Amino acid sequence: MKIHEYQGKDLLKAFGVAVPRGIVARTAEEAAAAFEELGGELAVVKSQIHAGGRGKGRFAEEPEQPGVVLVRSADEAREHAARMIGNTLVTIQTGEEGKTVKTLFVEEGLDIARELYLGIVIDRETSSPVLITSTEGGVAIEEVAAETPEKIHNEAFDVVDGLTADQARTVGESLGLDGEAMENAIELFPALCRFFVENDCSLTEVNPLVVTAGGQLLCLDAKVSFDDNAMFRHESFDDLRDLDEEDPAEVRAGEAGLSYVNLDGNIGCLVNGAGLAMSTMDLIKLHGGEPANFLDVGGGANVEAVTEAFRIILDDSNVKAILVNIFGGIMKCDTIVEALLGAYENVGITVPLVVRLEGTNVELAREMLEGSDRDIISATDLTDAAQKVVATLSA
Amino acid sequence: MSILVNEQTKVLCQGITGRTGLFHSQQCREYGTPLVGGVTPGKGGTEIDGFPVFDSVAEAIEATGANTSMVFVPPRFCAGAITEAADAGIALIIAITEGVPVLDMVRVRQHIDGLDNCRLVGPNCPGVITPGVAKIGIMPGYIHSSGSVGLVSRSGTLTYEAAWQLGNVGLGQSTCVGIGGDPVNGTNFIDVLDLFQADSQTEAILMIGEIGGNAEEQAAAHIEANVTKPVAAFIAGATAPPGKRMGHAGAIISGGSGTAADKIAALQAAGVEVAESPADMGAALKRAIEKASE
Repeated sequence: MKIHEYQGKDLLKAFGVAVPRGIVARTAEEAAAAFEELGGELAVVKSQIHAGGRGKGRFAEEPEQPGVVLVRSADEAREHAARMIGNTLVTIQTGEEGKTVKTLFVEEGLDIARELYLGIVIDRETSSPVLITSTEGGVAIEEVAAETPEKIHNEAFDVVDGLTADQARTVGESLGLDGEAMENAIELFPALCRFFVENDCSLTEVNPLVVTAGGQLLCLDAKVSFDDNAMFRHESFDDLRDLDEEDPAEVRAGEAGLSYVNLDGNIGCLVNGAGLAMSTMDLIKLHGGEPANFLDVGGGANVEAVTEAFRIILDDSNVKAILVNIFGGIMKCDTIVEALLGAYENVGITVPLVVRLEGTNVELAREMLEGSDRDIISATDLTDAAQKVVATLSA
Repeated sequence: MSILVNEQTKVLCQGITGRTGLFHSQQCREYGTPLVGGVTPGKGGTEIDGFPVFDSVAEAIEATGANTSMVFVPPRFCAGAITEAADAGIALIIAITEGVPVLDMVRVRQHIDGLDNCRLVGPNCPGVITPGVAKIGIMPGYIHSSGSVGLVSRSGTLTYEAAWQLGNVGLGQSTCVGIGGDPVNGTNFIDVLDLFQADSQTEAILMIGEIGGNAEEQAAAHIEANVTKPVAAFIAGATAPPGKRMGHAGAIISGGSGTAADKIAALQAAGVEVAESPADMGAALKRAIEKASE
C-alpha cells in the first residue's frame, strides 16, 4: 500500500526524523493561508499523488503548470493552487491518463546546499533490509545505478539491532557529510531504518535528502509504501489509504480476495495461481492476442469469489472473449465450473468463453460442462486454449 | 534416490486442525505420505480424523519421530511456527502458507541460517513431492510420476502444468520442489540445483522462474559453472507491465530490473534451453536432453 508524501512525513516526524514544516491545503484559499502561516519568504506547493516525477509533470488542463512549484507570496500560492486542485497531473509515472490532484502540501522553502539520495528496501539477495544512499540526489536512482554505480552506497542492517551509530557514520562519510550534518546523520539514518522496520515498509525513499546552507540534514521528500501482508499489525494505516489513487476494479478484486491487474487488451483471463496467470497472458500474446487482465483467483476461492471474478472481467468493456485456465490443486475444478455456469445466469456472459481445465476434480467438472447447454468452447491444453480464444475474435 | 524426501521421511502438519491443513493432510496420507500427526497449540492430546494432535512440535517429535514439517499456519503466526519447528530439531520445514510479512521472513531466515541441519522450503509454495514416495504439499498427486527429471519452480499451478507436460512427453520426476513466490524465502534455485546435480536419480532439470528479483540470473551463472546435467527453463511474465505486483509478492518489475527478457537472456547465455511458450516446457526439457546426448 502506498501513501502520500504528507502522510509519510507525518509518520516520519513521530520517529524523530527531520522534515521541513508543511501544511496540507485542499483549496486555493487554504494554500494562501498556509503560506502566511509558514511565515517565510519562500514556500513550495506540492501536488499530492502517489506517482513520482511531479516536479517535471504538467497538468492536462493547464499545460504550463508544473506539479511542484516555488511561490514567494500568498497570492502566488493561491494562483498556482487554483490551477492545480481538481486538475489532472501527468508525470512520467502516471501514464497518459494522469492523476487528479485533490490535495496540496505547502512547505517552507529551504536554502539548499546539497541534494542526496536515500532509500530503504529489502534486498532479496541477502534477505536483509538495506539502506541505499547516493551523493546524486534529486534524480532517479535507477539512472544513477545504470550510469555511475560507484556513487551508490549500500549498507545492510540487522532487523533486530537496526542501523548502528558506526554504520550511520560510515554512510555519512560515503556522502561526504561532516560537522552538524554528520551529527544529524547519526540520529537520522538509524531513525529512518527503525521507521522502515517498525512500520513493515516495503519502501522508504527520501529523494532528495538535503543538506541546508546551515548544515542541517532534512528529508525534503518522502515516498513510503507498506507490505500489504503485514497490515494486520497496523490497523491505523487503513485511514491513510486513498482509494482514488487505485484502479477501482483492482480494489473490488482485492475485497473479494482476488488478485487482479487491468491491462489494455481484449481477452479476459481467469486463472488460478500467479505463475499460471502470468503464463496465460504470455501465451495469448504469443498467439497474436492481447490479454485484458491478469486475474489470479487464488487457491481458497469459493463460488462467490469466482462469480465476482467473472463480474469484474465482464465489467471491462474492452473484453471481447474470455479464457478460463484452471489447473486445480487447492482450487477444485468443479468450483470453477459451478461459478462459471452460475455466471451465465447471474452476470450474463455475452462473449465467447474458452475453458481449459486440469487437476483436482477435473472429471466431475467436465461432466458438469458437458451436461450444460451453454455454448462453451473446451480446450485440451494451453496452446489449444490460446488458439481457440484468439480465433473467436477473428471469426 | 531423490532429494529432500525419502523413505526415512516422517511428516508432521503444523496447523492440522484448520480446514486447509486437514484437507491436505488427508490428501497426503491418501497419496501414501507417512504423515504421523499434527500440531495445534491448545489441542494437544486430541485426535482429528485419525491423526494425533500435539501442543508443540517438540512433543510431536518425541511421540512420533517426525523429521519433516508441513506448515499451514495462518500468515500472522507462520513465522513463529517455522521458528518453533526449527528449534525443535525438524530438519526440513515446508511452509505452504501465503501472505507472510516480508520482515517476518527476514527474521526467520536469520534464525534458520544460524542453525545446522535445518532447511526451509517456501513459504507461499506448493511443497515438495517425490512421486511414489511422498507428497508434502498441495499439488495434485496424480499428475506426477516417478522418473529422472528434477523440477524446481517459484510458482504453484505452473509447476503442475509443467509436471503434466512432462508426463505427456513420457518423463517422470525424481523430485519437484516449489520454492515459493515471496521475495524472501528459504531454499532458493541454487540450493535445489546443487541437490539435483548431486542426486543420482536426477538426469535433467526443469527450472521455472518468473519476473522480479534476480534469482534466475544468479541461477544461470551457477548452472554455467556447476551444473553438468541438461537444464531447461521457462520464465513467466514476459507480458507483465512494470511496477505492478503480479499476484506473488515477489513478482514485480521494479526500476527496470527483474524483467523476463533479462532472465531469459542470462539463462540462454548459460546454455539453458528456454521454452518460449508455457505450453512448451515439457518439449523444451526433451530438447535439452537430446542436445546433451549429441
